[in-house]
Amino acid sequence: MVDHKDDYEDILLAPIAHTGPGFYWAVAGLSVFILWGAIAYAVQFHQGLGVTGLQQPVSWGFYVTNFVFFIGISHAGTLISAILRLSKAEWRRPITRMAEVITCMVLFIGAGQILIDLGRPDRMLNVIRYGRYQSPLLWDATSISAYLTASVVYLYLPMIPDIAVLRDRLKKRKLFYSVLALGWTGTEHQQRILNRAIAIMAVLVIPIAVSVHTVVSFVFSMTLQPMWHSTIFGPYFVVGAIFSGIAALIVAMIVFRKAYGFEPYLKPIHFRYLGQLLLIMALLWFYFTFAEYLTGYYGAEPEEMKVFWAKFTGPFWPFFWGMVLCNFIIPLSCLVRLSRRTIGKVLAASLSVTVGMWLERFIIVVPTLSFPRVPFPEGVYSPSWVEWGLMAGSFALFALFYLLFTKVFPIISIWEIQEGREVGLKEVEERLLTYLPDEAEANILEASRGR
Amino acid sequence: MALWGMVIDLDRCTGCQACVMACKAENNVPAVGQKEAGRGRIISWMQVLTETDEEHHSEKMRFIPRPCLQCDDPPCIKVCPVYATYRNPEGIIAQIYNRCIGCRFCMAACPYNAKYFNWYTYQKEQPGQNPDVSVREKGVVEKCTFCHHRLQKARERAHAENREIEPGEYNTACAQACPAQAIIFGDLADPGSEVSKLARSPRAFKLQEELGTKPKVIYLTEGEGGG
Repeated sequence: MVDHKDDYEDILLAPIAHTGPGFYWAVAGLSVFILWGAIAYAVQFHQGLGVTGLQQPVSWGFYVTNFVFFIGISHAGTLISAILRLSKAEWRRPITRMAEVITCMVLFIGAGQILIDLGRPDRMLNVIRYGRYQSPLLWDATSISAYLTASVVYLYLPMIPDIAVLRDRLKKRKLFYSVLALGWTGTEHQQRILNRAIAIMAVLVIPIAVSVHTVVSFVFSMTLQPMWHSTIFGPYFVVGAIFSGIAALIVAMIVFRKAYGFEPYLKPIHFRYLGQLLLIMALLWFYFTFAEYLTGYYGAEPEEMKVFWAKFTGPFWPFFWGMVLCNFIIPLSCLVRLSRRTIGKVLAASLSVTVGMWLERFIIVVPTLSFPRVPFPEGVYSPSWVEWGLMAGSFALFALFYLLFTKVFPIISIWEIQEGREVGLKEVEERLLTYLPDEAEANILEASRGR
Repeated sequence: MALWGMVIDLDRCTGCQACVMACKAENNVPAVGQKEAGRGRIISWMQVLTETDEEHHSEKMRFIPRPCLQCDDPPCIKVCPVYATYRNPEGIIAQIYNRCIGCRFCMAACPYNAKYFNWYTYQKEQPGQNPDVSVREKGVVEKCTFCHHRLQKARERAHAENREIEPGEYNTACAQACPAQAIIFGDLADPGSEVSKLARSPRAFKLQEELGTKPKVIYLTEGEGGG
């Protein structure tokens, strides 16, 4: 399969073969934000968490919000790609790699948020030395590292044939690609083993992905705090994670489609399907949010109501209603009719959901802490420049990682596209035929009706 | 084995904050300065919480002195990832400052906001501090320990004299300082102790008892006469 060297491969290899000025401008732009973040962290490391806006009782703020947000985004990838692969969705072919890369990159950034949040990062290894498995934080560490490992393997495996293409066709980084290609020649035997391995990883990765955001939610729901102590937090967080993940994936796809001229590969139909998926998740997200808040409101437990009203009409109303607007109203109005101007609408909905899901994480973390159960002085949290800097730096670092990846590996799977042309078409036809009643069956049916 | 506990009589509390100051001096609790205080970063192991009476708006203030309630089923120790906070056999919730990674999970989990964080290096070791209590560094959580160092001293003294600790020999700084004798400290496992007797009073209640945290600091409500 690798022997085929048609023109269409060239578009996919172009970003790796040639580097234009746009790339350097992007790197320079992102570096500014990363530098801001680095300076902010240096200041915080030197002086302590006092340089943030955190206080008593709001002891968690932007960092924890970003942790939950980034880990949520990580569900874009591996989970969506695995589900699409297992359901034999043929349109997945140009999408899966983009999704998987998001997962791997964003998991580093997400896990990093917790390290940034520590008052004593120098004692970070105590989590391993004195690790206490009863703490949800340890569950997070376990689940996230399992997910990271599985995701990296799941990203790497389907990349092997493509790395072999790079090894054979590119003149640079010969040794690097040769080692990573693991001697891939594209024999039938190799292909069979690879397909088998990908299938195993796809199945394995789904429960791990679900566990990740479930235990992230447990950090909150295992406490007794009002509007945190909720049994639906696990699935609620998973739904939100997939929701924001799809949105992030669509944004990344549109950016690279434009930047690298991938229009022939990422067609409006792909965005329509993903848009529909996003719409379903928006409805599901709304259902969970509705169930969560109605339950709290109807029970009307005074401590819960304090936080509830703080979100609905109190100091947090702009964030709460902003979240409803961004996560439900805007995506709904953009996504119900996708037949015309698909990409513009899907992009608008995705950007809106990305903002909305960040607000959702914020609205979960901060208001509960702002209104303690006891008559403790209520706190008003406003983030400092350090927190803004680390947030900007984290986003920029993620974008930079992603950008660098596209410069080293093909961001759209070359061999899977080829497989789609050569094997997929026939397979789909055969599969379709198995869905339909064949002649023999039809005859039997007719005979039985006639009797 | 002893089970150390405290009774705080709200009828007697005048809100004078002597307990707060005594605690600060005894436990080397840092003064964070005006700027930090304004940002809501006061560290006060014993803190007098104020609540306006719901029936008499702004006419009547209720003072609730709140140390760490030393829960028997503490939500804070459940969530600690590194065993930096734990319940010792005598029921005191201990804090290991040198192990704490500063994740502040225990602060988020404590329903009484009894845990405090060192946002900066608020103090260094210097003359005039209590040598029995270690000075906390930046980035770690701290809280009331029922003046645990006093228990250690009392136990050493009793051990040297080859006897048991006598009632009243181990007392907390806040209880000692209270001019209205609103704070009574002692052994809840001894049914004859004053603190045990008061804990059985019909006026006794626990903060957020419905959460099931089983605090060992028991409050006595204001009596009829106070209304």
